[in-house]
Amino acid sequence: MRSKFGVRAAPTGSSGGSRSNGVSCAAVAAALPGIVDGVDVAALDLRRHVESCLRCQAELAQYRKVLRALHTLRTELIEPSPGLLPDILVALEAAGERGAMKHLLTGRRAAYLGGIAAAATAGAAGAIVLASRRHRRVAVAS
Amino acid sequence: MVEDDDGAGDPVGNLSDPAGVVVPVIPAEEAALVERAKAGDVNAFAELVRLSQAEVYTLAFRLTGNEDDARDVAQDAYLRAFKALKRFRGDARFSTWMYRITANCASSHLSRRSKSSHDELSDDDAMPDERPESNPEGMAEAGALRDRMTAALAELPAPLRSVVVLRDVYDLPHEAIASELGITEAAAKVRLHRARKKLRERLFPMPGEEKARAV
Repeated sequence: MRSKFGVRAAPTGSSGGSRSNGVSCAAVAAALPGIVDGVDVAALDLRRHVESCLRCQAELAQYRKVLRALHTLRTELIEPSPGLLPDILVALEAAGERGAMKHLLTGRRAAYLGGIAAAATAGAAGAIVLASRRHRRVAVAS
Repeated sequence: MVEDDDGAGDPVGNLSDPAGVVVPVIPAEEAALVERAKAGDVNAFAELVRLSQAEVYTLAFRLTGNEDDARDVAQDAYLRAFKALKRFRGDARFSTWMYRITANCASSHLSRRSKSSHDELSDDDAMPDERPESNPEGMAEAGALRDRMTAALAELPAPLRSVVVLRDVYDLPHEAIASELGITEAAAKVRLHRARKKLRERLFPMPGEEKARAV
């Protein structure tokens, strides 16, 4: 039977070895954690080594068990204590109130600034009118 | 970033179309709640919290390794989600979006903690061997293996645990993991590699390794 990256079971009686197909067991051991899920493809010489090495096949099988055990955790739920939900909702409410307060203050600040700008504009317009009237009186008098 | 929502990586409730593209299946009830929450309905968001809190808490617990931190992380994650809800496009499961936010919150929480404490294990630290003498036949039982895996995960250094939980338990892509943990994809892959190796050595030591550990 072939694995995800094409490793077949070794023939019965194979004794394996520390080095075959130009690859050492240590090199395979270093590569196995990265290729066990089949996302990265193993090099051909490495696959050939595993095909003929019982020790590396055993190690690969152990990595697969690790992955299977990790996958089983996905369906397991740890129930939080009953107080978690109320705590979260209270924190959300407080955050919502802070947000509303910030929004309100931002609105008021805009209103203050608008008022100041309007007053400044009116003042400037008044000054211009007064200056133009004074200029007219001087012109009439002369 | 929490705002990025690619909808990838949820092994539950997703289907692959013939081209291999993952298509999230979003229940109509959940989609309606999300829409109402985005429109400002606080009760709808509270219902989303109620429906997803166990999953979010479970992930937070697996990432932090203890109940108090998990509660803080879960609470922080929902606050961030509440503030960022308008940016949630709704084309993925709400829980998938929450996983990414929770991962991001847990990462921030753990890095704050590591700055204030000096006993954090580095990636290269060896795991303590506190396991009882194991019986390989007994480990075949799924429940016992799950318990041993949970214990082994708790003993992993937090940076390794985060990556292996997000990748091998929650099936998040490397890109999303790197983004939420603030690391490069290459670093995420290296951490995953180390974590798997440590778990394998811890749970299924090879004959030579058993002797080496005993010495």
